[in-house]
Amino acid sequence: MTGSEVVMKMLERHGVEVIFGHPGGAIMPIYDALYDSPIKHVLVRHEQGGAHMADAYYRASGKTGVCFATSGPGATNLVTGLATAMMDSSAIVAITGNVPSGLIGTDAFQEADVFGITGPVTKHNYLVKNVEDLPRVLSEAFHIASTGRPGPVLVDVPKNVQLAKFEGSLDVVIDLPGYKPTVVGHAGQIHRAAEAIRAAKRPVLIVGGGAQVATREVGELVERTGIPVITTLMGIGAYPPAAEETLGMPGMHGTVTANKAISNCDLIIAAGMRFDDRVTGKISRFAPKATIVHIDIDPAEISKLVKAHVPVVGDLRDVLPRLTQELGNLDIQAWRETLSGWKATYPERYQVDKPLVSQEILALLREATANDCIVATEVGQHQMFAARLLPTIKARSFITSGGLGTMGFGLPAAIGASIARPGETVVLVAGDGSIQMNIQELATLYKQNLPVIIAILNNGMLGMVRQWQELFHAQRYSEVYLADSNPDFAKLAEAYGIEGHNIFDRETARTAIADAVAAKKPVLLNFFVYEAEKVFPMVPTGAGVDEMILGDQEPDDERTEQVVEAVTR
Amino acid sequence: MSKQYVLSVVVRDQPGVLVRIASLFARRGFNIESLSVAQTERPGISRTTFVVSGSDDTVEQVEKQLHKLVDVLTVVDHTRSRSVDRELMLLKVSVKNPDERVEIRQIAQDFRAHIVDVARTALVFEVTGDTAKMDAFIDQMRPFGIVELIRTGRVALERTPAAHA
Repeated sequence: MTGSEVVMKMLERHGVEVIFGHPGGAIMPIYDALYDSPIKHVLVRHEQGGAHMADAYYRASGKTGVCFATSGPGATNLVTGLATAMMDSSAIVAITGNVPSGLIGTDAFQEADVFGITGPVTKHNYLVKNVEDLPRVLSEAFHIASTGRPGPVLVDVPKNVQLAKFEGSLDVVIDLPGYKPTVVGHAGQIHRAAEAIRAAKRPVLIVGGGAQVATREVGELVERTGIPVITTLMGIGAYPPAAEETLGMPGMHGTVTANKAISNCDLIIAAGMRFDDRVTGKISRFAPKATIVHIDIDPAEISKLVKAHVPVVGDLRDVLPRLTQELGNLDIQAWRETLSGWKATYPERYQVDKPLVSQEILALLREATANDCIVATEVGQHQMFAARLLPTIKARSFITSGGLGTMGFGLPAAIGASIARPGETVVLVAGDGSIQMNIQELATLYKQNLPVIIAILNNGMLGMVRQWQELFHAQRYSEVYLADSNPDFAKLAEAYGIEGHNIFDRETARTAIADAVAAKKPVLLNFFVYEAEKVFPMVPTGAGVDEMILGDQEPDDERTEQVVEAVTR
Repeated sequence: MSKQYVLSVVVRDQPGVLVRIASLFARRGFNIESLSVAQTERPGISRTTFVVSGSDDTVEQVEKQLHKLVDVLTVVDHTRSRSVDRELMLLKVSVKNPDERVEIRQIAQDFRAHIVDVARTALVFEVTGDTAKMDAFIDQMRPFGIVELIRTGRVALERTPAAHA
């Protein structure tokens, strides 16, 4: 057996069903072994796309995503994908070819210090120097990627190692004395948390990306206690968005109710979330009256930004049920009524006096899919609109680059998610700026023929940057105008063999969306929407979450012609 | 408030482990004042001692981040535990005349510094001790003219708890 065959055999042993990759000189022996392997390979058009697909594959399925790239430029193209996965705790194993060991360090053709470059953006990485190490290294890679706080692991395999004869056993025992994630929460801490929660009069539960694996446990806690729930961008789907206890998303573009709840609560249970600055705003103004109970599997997140009064390190699937057991129905009726009042006062609303606005497209998509779909997004205004108006009802279904905010994530992510969950409708909510950052993956989408609806909310602008320039840079619109040089997206789709439509009005939008949902194949819908739309509320950088600019979310805003209770209906 | 911390990080001898630690410090805005690395009594295991400056919160965060590195086995913050630390220094001082030579040797004796090289115009001393002693010895030698010096940086070990002594 050769090193390359060992690689493929080990992937089979770890249950890998699909690999996202792009071949090249230094990984050709592995691609040669792939030729005889039962594992499906998705040929991407750019390695970054492959990394995002593997990432979304994990997010949608819980199974570790795998991507391949060659040495040098192939591997450096993975970097953004690895960093995206690292920030959002996504389990992927990336395997890269490298130049032969003897040439490493000589500035050989297509050589880069991949081990050095990817160290800061991976949970762990390896440069395999001996073929005997391959089974152990690959087993460790899958173990590290998928346990504890998940993350990307890269395995760099020089070409001579791929070609070397292997005569050992593929059976390995993983022995990593320095890697022992804490899964079981400390009983005393859980007890202290329960005491604090029982004493609270105005508690909220904030769930983040970590809760995607613990929806049942979150549900049981809420059912038992009646505690109101805030879902961060990464936590969308961990609790039903239309439930009575749901307050929506917190933070910079969060709902008024969620932000007011944070500012007025006396206790926060933060579960599987990490107090990103987009959630907290100015830290000193964040939940000033609250006792913080922070439950996370990563001890380094405890008190990193917001001081935890009761830290609990562990897996939510262990900690939450034990916590729930110690709790009964909380005596918080007055608080729940206050929150219901805010929800009634501040429903989602938007103006429809324009030809077409982003928000109504999302409302139409929700209607047409009965909100039972996977949503992938790019990054920008459309992402925030999607988080607020198209939050998924299922876990592992809202696939978005939260931490790194990677434009270009969405299209490959939609493909990866669709491959992970065949048959389910995937809606990609994109902007005309973001989608162009990995547009080449339309070829991959065509080839895989997946039921992905690409909804481009095309305002001809880098909308979020434009919004900041309007509000904070004296309307100096520096380098945000795209409309004069955007492609005709419908024709572009057609050039790739994908059905495409340019849509300018409401009625066409409605029928086109219905048709696209029914089509069960890739369709690109290019909606020309109002260019100067802004996402409100907005917490300006450096301000507290109690200092939101309400904009069109102002209850008596006269410009708001139609009030739509978008999410809660 | 910024102050100095001595951290012992016991690691598996894997390629790149020092780079991982150094890169982590750089990424999290921690300044390394000194660093020493050497084998321990166990094969394949090394002990690194870092002297770093930062705030309490930062050092706590860095300790936690260090623990997350797969090749890191233990992290001890010696500023919070009872420990002993030592440093080794080689110092070359210039000697201009016999009187100076006598005076220098007298001072060196007080510091229990050993002469490791003798020449007509210079002496090289080896000194071990804590940082304060190093600094004091340098101060004493400065008037004679320090040609050059090298310090290893601090190494530290936890003291044995009294109950086990």
